[in-house]
Amino acid sequence: MSGHATYQPKNAFMQWMERRLPIAGLVYSSFIAYPTPRNLNYWWTFGGILAFMLGVQIITGIVLAMHYTPQVDFAFNSVESIMRDVNYGWLLRYLHANGASMFFLAAYVHMFRGMYYGSYKEPREVLWILGVILLLLMIMTGFMGYVLPWGQMSFWAATVITNLFSAIPVVGESIVTWLWGGYSVGNPTLNRFYALHYLLPFVIVGVVVLHIWALHMVGQNNPTGVEPKTDRDTVAFTPYATIKDSFLMVVFCLLLAWFVFYIPNFLGHPDNYIPANPAVTPTHIVPEWYYLPFYAILRAIPNKLLGVMALGASIVILAFLPWLDTSKVRSANYRPLYRQFFWVFVIVCIGLGWLGSKPPEGNYVLIARIFTVYYFAYFLVILPILGLVEKTKPLPNSIAESVLQASAPSGGKA
Amino acid sequence: MSSAEPTRRDFLYIATGTVAAVGAAGVLVPLIAQMNPDASTIAAGAPIEVDLTPIADGQVIKVFWRGKPVYINHRTTEMIKAAQNVDVAKLPDPQPDSVRVKPGHDQWSVLIGICTHLGCIPIAHQGPYDGYFCPCHGSIYDTSGRIRQGPAPLNLALPPYEFVSDSKIRIG
Amino acid sequence: MAITRSVLALAASLTVLVAPALAQEQDTDLPPKNKWSFAGPFGKYDRAQLQRGFKVYREVCSVCHGLKLVAFRTLADPGGPGCTTAQAAAIAAEYQVPAEPDDQGEVKLRPGRLADYFPPPFPNEQAARARYNAVPPDMSVLAKARGFERGFPYWVWDMITQYQEHGVDYITALMLGYEDKPPAGVTLPPGNFYNKYFPGHAIAMPPPLTDKRVDYTDGAPMTVEQYAKDVSAFLMWTAEPHLEARKRTGMQVFIFLLVLAGLLYFTKKKVWHAVELKPETSRPKA
Repeated sequence: MSGHATYQPKNAFMQWMERRLPIAGLVYSSFIAYPTPRNLNYWWTFGGILAFMLGVQIITGIVLAMHYTPQVDFAFNSVESIMRDVNYGWLLRYLHANGASMFFLAAYVHMFRGMYYGSYKEPREVLWILGVILLLLMIMTGFMGYVLPWGQMSFWAATVITNLFSAIPVVGESIVTWLWGGYSVGNPTLNRFYALHYLLPFVIVGVVVLHIWALHMVGQNNPTGVEPKTDRDTVAFTPYATIKDSFLMVVFCLLLAWFVFYIPNFLGHPDNYIPANPAVTPTHIVPEWYYLPFYAILRAIPNKLLGVMALGASIVILAFLPWLDTSKVRSANYRPLYRQFFWVFVIVCIGLGWLGSKPPEGNYVLIARIFTVYYFAYFLVILPILGLVEKTKPLPNSIAESVLQASAPSGGKA
Repeated sequence: MSSAEPTRRDFLYIATGTVAAVGAAGVLVPLIAQMNPDASTIAAGAPIEVDLTPIADGQVIKVFWRGKPVYINHRTTEMIKAAQNVDVAKLPDPQPDSVRVKPGHDQWSVLIGICTHLGCIPIAHQGPYDGYFCPCHGSIYDTSGRIRQGPAPLNLALPPYEFVSDSKIRIG
Repeated sequence: MAITRSVLALAASLTVLVAPALAQEQDTDLPPKNKWSFAGPFGKYDRAQLQRGFKVYREVCSVCHGLKLVAFRTLADPGGPGCTTAQAAAIAAEYQVPAEPDDQGEVKLRPGRLADYFPPPFPNEQAARARYNAVPPDMSVLAKARGFERGFPYWVWDMITQYQEHGVDYITALMLGYEDKPPAGVTLPPGNFYNKYFPGHAIAMPPPLTDKRVDYTDGAPMTVEQYAKDVSAFLMWTAEPHLEARKRTGMQVFIFLLVLAGLLYFTKKKVWHAVELKPETSRPKA
């Protein structure tokens, strides 16, 4: 769905170009004239922030690749050489490592926004599912990237996570050997992870194109959940959304800069500054913070295969969200009961993250199980039932109306 | 939309755009600088010292400096005479032998062993001048490293070097 | 609201449930926090401290612990101990490193040069393990390889105050944490020593520092505590030689981003002003 006004080039060269390859026209209709709901709040900035962070990771990744050596005897030292000898190497490395954390932070905020405002509902189901695919790709990319420095955590995280596949009956062990390229995590594993870590971000770029295309087909959701009806409800993407996105992007960069320049190793694990030693296992193997909730769910189930299945299910279940939520009302602004369950869900996710960092002993196990039950119950029990029984607040007639009523207590938030 | 003089609103836009452009330029600095030689490469390219005493009369040795081969030729008196008795004007790249050696050290010829044609390493003590011969396309150099025949346009280059003592040179 | 109340009740009971587990995790004392000149947004290394720490390393630690990622030339780099190039070259020449094979194919030793790295104290892992039945770790990144967790909410405060000195606080505490005798009821494996801060308390390294062990010429106290702090600071430099440049650049980037954010905020306000004034028009007045 393109913007109202189409691109009319005045320049002779652009007219010549438009007839042959209308890229300028595409950019114009998608990012300049594109009608955007006028009531979007700053939670809608995170899509743009994610695209920006993807660019940051790709660019810093490529320049790091110019100096990194993917061989078990040299990998750790090549990273240290980047930190010490390469001009601005320390900056590029810390940007890439902390950029990954910021990338996931933005992704989780973006997803929670979608869940709160019902952005996954009809007609945005495919958009949402593409997002779940993007999350999966990000998880795979981040996991393989973490192995590359070949520190203790790199090696043992690779060992633990690849070993998960041995839970698959009959073919599990063969799959693990196939993944490793050997009888344990070693040089073949490192090399193939490097190749795939370089490749997947470009797969992500492709899926992002699909994601934005799917978005533009149906248009943005907005805080009221009421679709735009007239052009009073929308504004042109440029300059309105562009400038708003730019502002929060710079604020986000401030957060990134805080980590990169002042606490660059805060989110990492000290054990990854110990070169990988296949003979010594670290006392607590912990993934990076953005994997902790899934790690907690994995460990909460006492059975190995069921735990692996729960781990997979915890992500895959997201893809079914558009059909599990039976409510006809999109935005949680008008679903007071849903809103409370949603915030509990957020707390449960954060709680699972905290539990993932703890040793799986004593009462931590009990609480992780309780939280895992809530996590799945939220999707499989709470949302299906809620949509059928809850009383929702009356929706505004239009976006413009909700903007005019911005001071009224029951109106939408601008 | 634009008025005769910039309004306060335009000034804000100009200021924002300028600061953003400065930021974009700043971002480019580390991205471009990281491709320059890093500290360990620069350190590995530091000057090297070569002891000349083991090099016999008429012998040529090859050392590496900054990844490039350097020929150190202990020239015999015949080779020096042959290098000096030349009509400089007739050379493809005219240079007298005197500017290609250090004063008082005529017997030492220090040259970068990279053919000025397309970069192969010429072989020492070869060719009609007993100089250097490049097997790739047949360039022939004399005992002073000057191009005599063949496609190479220039004489073999000289590295920066100096005599630390009569028996030791520092290259670089 | 009922949901919120029950959630809070649940949270309270969960906290009670995990309290014993939390308490049990901290059976090893947490290293006390020290004041470091390089901590915080304006942190810089104390050159004299780095020089003293280097001396402690050379005279005490280097017997067993290597610095194989540190090149001699970095001793003369800005933001470090502040040696001149000549001093760094002289230090390099005091070490013997393997030379290129000679004409017979023998590898002899030659004096180190600026481009060389600190040679390892042992030829292989087995030799390193032989003396104390444990491998003394290379110390190039040790200050970043050692850390400890400070539970919630302390780490939130650490994020705000930029506490990144876990490693050096641990190393200092370790140096000072030796006890002559283990507490009652604790037996050590033979050859080990009791240390309050070492995980598991049984450490193979004998206490390396004693008073007056290293001669300080700049008047600093020649105590175990001073040695511990100085060598820890030196190890922070070996792990993070570009710390000063990083923090300095950080300040410039921060100020720049704050200015840009402010400009963008007011630009956004101006751009949106027209729309917010007349929401019933689709195109704002030009």
